[in-house]
Amino acid sequence: MFKTYANGTKALKSVSFSLKPGEFAFLVGPSGSGKSTIIKLLIGEVAPTDGGIAVAGFDVSAIKPRRLPHLRRRVGVIFQDFRLIDKKTVYENVAFAMRAVGASGQQIRQRVPYVLDLVGLDMKANALPTELSGGEQQRVAVARALVNNPGLIVADEPTGNLDPARSLEILTLLQKINELGTTVLVVTHEKSLVDKLSRRVIAIDGGRIISDGMGGYYNYEEF
Amino acid sequence: MKSFRAGYYIREGMSSIFTHGFMSFASVFIIVACLIIMGSFTLLAVNVNKIIGEFEDENVVLAYVNESYSAEDARALTGAVEAVPNVRTARFVTREEAYDSFLSGVENKSRFEDIDASVLRHRFVIYVEDVALMERTQENLLGTEGIASVTANLLVARAFVTLRNIVSGVSVVIVAVLLVISLFIMMNTVKLATFERRDEIAIMKIVGATNAFIRWPFVFEGFILGLFGSLFAFLTQWGLYKLVTDALLSGVGASFIQAIPFSRAALPLCAIFVAIGCGVGIVGSSFAIRKYLKV
Repeated sequence: MFKTYANGTKALKSVSFSLKPGEFAFLVGPSGSGKSTIIKLLIGEVAPTDGGIAVAGFDVSAIKPRRLPHLRRRVGVIFQDFRLIDKKTVYENVAFAMRAVGASGQQIRQRVPYVLDLVGLDMKANALPTELSGGEQQRVAVARALVNNPGLIVADEPTGNLDPARSLEILTLLQKINELGTTVLVVTHEKSLVDKLSRRVIAIDGGRIISDGMGGYYNYEEF
Repeated sequence: MKSFRAGYYIREGMSSIFTHGFMSFASVFIIVACLIIMGSFTLLAVNVNKIIGEFEDENVVLAYVNESYSAEDARALTGAVEAVPNVRTARFVTREEAYDSFLSGVENKSRFEDIDASVLRHRFVIYVEDVALMERTQENLLGTEGIASVTANLLVARAFVTLRNIVSGVSVVIVAVLLVISLFIMMNTVKLATFERRDEIAIMKIVGATNAFIRWPFVFEGFILGLFGSLFAFLTQWGLYKLVTDALLSGVGASFIQAIPFSRAALPLCAIFVAIGCGVGIVGSSFAIRKYLKV
């Protein structure tokens, strides 16, 4: 895929990769390398200038605006800044994602406690995000991304605002979700975490993929 | 809309009013303030028009009956006079009654001792429907059999018509300007309330919410705020109007100013307030949210 923004910035010059169902991969690269553009392309926030993108059965490069919500229901996104609704409780933040896809009250009452239990927040269902630690807030974001049982979870710097212990906790949680069958793509700068998990690493720089392989490929100090 | 969805939208809209309390208060406050300013001026304009109308009504036409007619014959003309277009009421006055009325208005009655009622004519005191048509009415009355002459103060009538037209025109322009300014302020307040929640909308988009799913709670919220604001404005307007008219009635103006009772204006005013309040709430929130839905 290729992406050139309206101001002439060539964010992606030639990027091509695929993730197998149930795969876990890291996407690493320096600032301005094109990582964020890849995420925006995956969730249909921007359209590619050229090339094609297929995600969870959707041709994202040619998707109609009215189909975008359906794509986004199949892709769970986790952000560095959590992006929770501060005025809703933990339960409501997660339940909201289910309501958005038209789930019934009964389905929500069954699924949300299960997912909160999975991320270890079943005891904090009634807390507001502002009453939680950074790690807990990120776990709410993971629960929200997971609640609609998406085929793919994309995590954009999910540990960027967390200390090393909490970061490992979140990545372990993502690994656990991956083991349950969900494809996971993690964008991160955390070299130590990437090394520790020893998974597939796709390295990108200057809008091009410069390496793609297992574990030890993440050895660029400037990242 | 599925039934559970409708319930959800209303619940969300309602709860949002309280979770975003300050902006809700600001929206309602602005709606109330704008509607009261506009409503007060409208009521003022209506009352000024009514007062001018009352002064117009005092401007009567006198139709004098032919001298040869007896009182009975002259009175028999009442039907014909009332049938003249634009005549609202016609009161028959005999020459004797006219004479007594004349004498009651003069100080030195002895000066008129040598004059009797026969110098005067039987007449009709006529009130017209529309002062603007007074000249035509005068001509029609002159064409009625038995009517010898007609006096009408056409100059005063024309002055009243001009004054009424100016007041009506100015009132319409001012109310229209106030309406446009109020709509602008109210829409911007609603937009500001939506702007505060743009991150929330972005999150909704990310989790796969459709535009309708995001928009409906905002629309319900706008409707509820608009409805509440307009009803509150109506009740406040009622209280203010009563306060002002009571003060006028007990003051110096009581002898010549009679304000229209609020009950006469209540229904249209309430309908206009609710239409503007709810319209602004619904349209304002729908428009404001549009650009945040393009994510």
